[in-house]
Amino acid sequence: MTTDKSALERHKYDVLVIGAGGAGLRAAVEARESGLRVAIICKSLFGKAHTVMAEGGAAASMGNANSNDNWQVHFRDTMRGGKFLNHFRMAELHAKESPDRIWELEMWGALFDRTKEGKISQRNFGGHEYPRLAHVGDRTGLELIRTMQQKIVALQQADKREHGDYESHIKVFAELTITEILKENGKIAGAYGYWRESGSEVLFEAPAVIIATGGVGKTFKITSNSWEGTGDGHALALKAGANLVDMEFLQFHPTGMVWPPSVRGILVTESVRGEGGILTNTNGERFMFKYIPDVFKDKYADNEAEADRWYEDQDNNRRPPELLPRDEVARAINSEVKAGRGTEHGGVFLDVSKRLSAEIIKKRLPSMWHQFYELAGVDITKEPMEVGPTCHYVMGGVEVEPDTAAAVGVPGLYAAGEVAGGMHGSNRLGGNSLSDLLVFGRRAGMGAAAYVKQTTATPVTDATIAAAAARIEAPFARSGGENSYSLHAELQEVTHNLVGIIRTGTELKDAIEKIADIRKRSANVAVSGGRKFNPGFHLAFDLDNMLLVAESTAKSAIGREESRGGHTRDDFPGMNSDWRQFNHISSFDGNQVNVRKQALPFMPKELFDLFEVEELKKYMTPDEVAKGGSN
Amino acid sequence: MARKINLRIWRGDATDGGLQDVQVEANEGEVVLDVIHRVQATQMGDLAVRWNCKAGKCGSCSMEINGKPRLACMTQVAAYGEDETITVTPLRAFPVIKDLVTDVSFNYKKAMEIPAYEPPKDLKPGEARMEQVDVERSQEFRKCIECFLCQNTCHVIRDHEENKKSFAGPRFFIRIAELDMHPLDILKNRKRTAQEEHGLGMCNITKCCTEVCPEHIKITDNAIIPMKERVVDIKYDPARMFAGLLKREKRS
Repeated sequence: MTTDKSALERHKYDVLVIGAGGAGLRAAVEARESGLRVAIICKSLFGKAHTVMAEGGAAASMGNANSNDNWQVHFRDTMRGGKFLNHFRMAELHAKESPDRIWELEMWGALFDRTKEGKISQRNFGGHEYPRLAHVGDRTGLELIRTMQQKIVALQQADKREHGDYESHIKVFAELTITEILKENGKIAGAYGYWRESGSEVLFEAPAVIIATGGVGKTFKITSNSWEGTGDGHALALKAGANLVDMEFLQFHPTGMVWPPSVRGILVTESVRGEGGILTNTNGERFMFKYIPDVFKDKYADNEAEADRWYEDQDNNRRPPELLPRDEVARAINSEVKAGRGTEHGGVFLDVSKRLSAEIIKKRLPSMWHQFYELAGVDITKEPMEVGPTCHYVMGGVEVEPDTAAAVGVPGLYAAGEVAGGMHGSNRLGGNSLSDLLVFGRRAGMGAAAYVKQTTATPVTDATIAAAAARIEAPFARSGGENSYSLHAELQEVTHNLVGIIRTGTELKDAIEKIADIRKRSANVAVSGGRKFNPGFHLAFDLDNMLLVAESTAKSAIGREESRGGHTRDDFPGMNSDWRQFNHISSFDGNQVNVRKQALPFMPKELFDLFEVEELKKYMTPDEVAKGGSN
Repeated sequence: MARKINLRIWRGDATDGGLQDVQVEANEGEVVLDVIHRVQATQMGDLAVRWNCKAGKCGSCSMEINGKPRLACMTQVAAYGEDETITVTPLRAFPVIKDLVTDVSFNYKKAMEIPAYEPPKDLKPGEARMEQVDVERSQEFRKCIECFLCQNTCHVIRDHEENKKSFAGPRFFIRIAELDMHPLDILKNRKRTAQEEHGLGMCNITKCCTEVCPEHIKITDNAIIPMKERVVDIKYDPARMFAGLLKREKRS
């Protein structure tokens, strides 16, 4: 048995990074460069993380395409996009540091598309006032991952020259799942998991753990996320005593593929709209003009002529409403389909063929062309795409200290990227995810390194190891229990139908009961076959994580009696300034998730003053506006 | 419109294995990975298959379908005849772990051996200026999703296990070409080390790699052949040979 102490595979590192997407790799580079020994854990092969699916670009106010851009404008756009529920300090750090993080990637070999002057080209995206997204065609995420993957190899080559071993200071553990974050005396002590290939168990001892596990999309039926998006980090953090903030906010990307069924949910990049794609219903109506909310009326064109002129002259025209923040566009599509103006497959049309030539489409949107041609038999240079909302991103996540990415309440635990909460408020702008993972990946690496240097490692006790090992063994010991695949499908039905894009109190109540029931039954999941690369066994652990995430989302959603960003309540349709003053905090008591309200930090005067008071009045209570900042 | 199809799946591990026949439902528009997942959920809970994005972007679900190296997520079931049996087997050039999953660590070892990008010493972040036409040559190679289908199909390693030690394979020839054509990279002799240390010379340009590339990268024409030509130029350039001789004389 692997619980035998002598047989257990053990590793000791200074910093353990769980997750090898953009945030994890950026954190690992930072921790290694500050002189520490780092282990990177990935659930799949190295370089396959969900970041590769990011298409449009990384937002950074470099000002290459419009010199009026700067961090203050980016900060304002981010806060507006999040409907002012963002943690102001995270949005501030993000806006200030994104340009440096992009330029740094270029120093590591990244090759972004260029402007005529030879600088990094920047493209338009929803909610960004100026063209701001550094990009490589429509495969920007792949470029980020590959650049950082190769940066890690470069560091390993330097270690080989200095220490004679590529893996002396930074090692990638591929296809390994972490089942538990371990604590001793209230501090992080390491993590426990198993190799997916063999099923054999591994103990990591490390004083600092950085969670960078990405999102939760697989909790839902229709999602743009890959199989890895099972909320592992969210659940690991909860179980380790950390909090999750604002888990009710999920981003439904307005444009996922809808036909054929096997591709339903696969992402259609926002760049299609950024490059001039328009949305129409089956009556041929360009419907987005009907859906411009009051808070955005002065920024978005209310007629086709002005919207079309904007592509040529951005200084004298308002933006087309197709480029509203994602939550607005997703709700609009949902309403059109519900009103019977959708396609037979439940989508609307997205057409870029009328504005751009076939040659330019293939050059600027190569993977979209490829994806529709090969998977749907649609040539997007000639015909419209059919699109509809798909679960894409979770704004909620681990509650962290903005400057260090330290998880609140758990010494030694850090979180960065999609798994961390607060940065995006109630809705994330497109392009702000790739920049987020660079900015806060680096900060998590720095934060963990500073912590490790002033703490002493705590050894993991035998009792802790035995408990973690017993949990892994459990599904094999049962026979004739529940099937993890069916339970997963059942959970996805519940979240899709009851916790989806439009919510009501009664449905959420129903969802909470159903999720509790599935969770009860999941304790009885049995696994067929052995430990060796057994997907049924792997899913049993993923399912456990998804259930905790779904519970946290449903319980946060039922509490928030307003509609804001990625949380829309049919029974509370308006945005409520009183609710803007609160975050929802989820914690886990070992038995169930509990949700409470917590006051949202208020921004200081220098940030407050970046906005027009008239605009702030749309979001804040009169008292808050009168206060004019926290200092 | 669901129909039943015959799927033949290789099941087993390094010690033993063989083909197993199953009947499974296939719906309109489905890809081979969809039906494999259906088999997994309903008939073989422990069937091992790698996949991530199911959108042709991550390069995880590489396997051989009716003997051809392909991504299962980008292969339509409808591409095969109504009565045709679809046979799925693991990549042949790499050791089997279980069922359709192989040990591709060879590729990650090779990746470590390719010298990293080296920017000019005095270049400051944000100061790089490059023309779009110049970055496009390397960008073609950076489209690579590391599915390793080119590595799997390349007969230099597919049929000759012993070559693996000295041959990096097409995926890493495009990596070297990408760095060699990178407008800012300053490391010299990339082509020569491709020839002398990474086995470029063993490639006899049969273009099998280009044929299987799901990203349609012109591996042979745009990376391998230009490097081979330049290596020849460098090696047999009389002016360079003369300069080299002088250098050697000076040193001695």
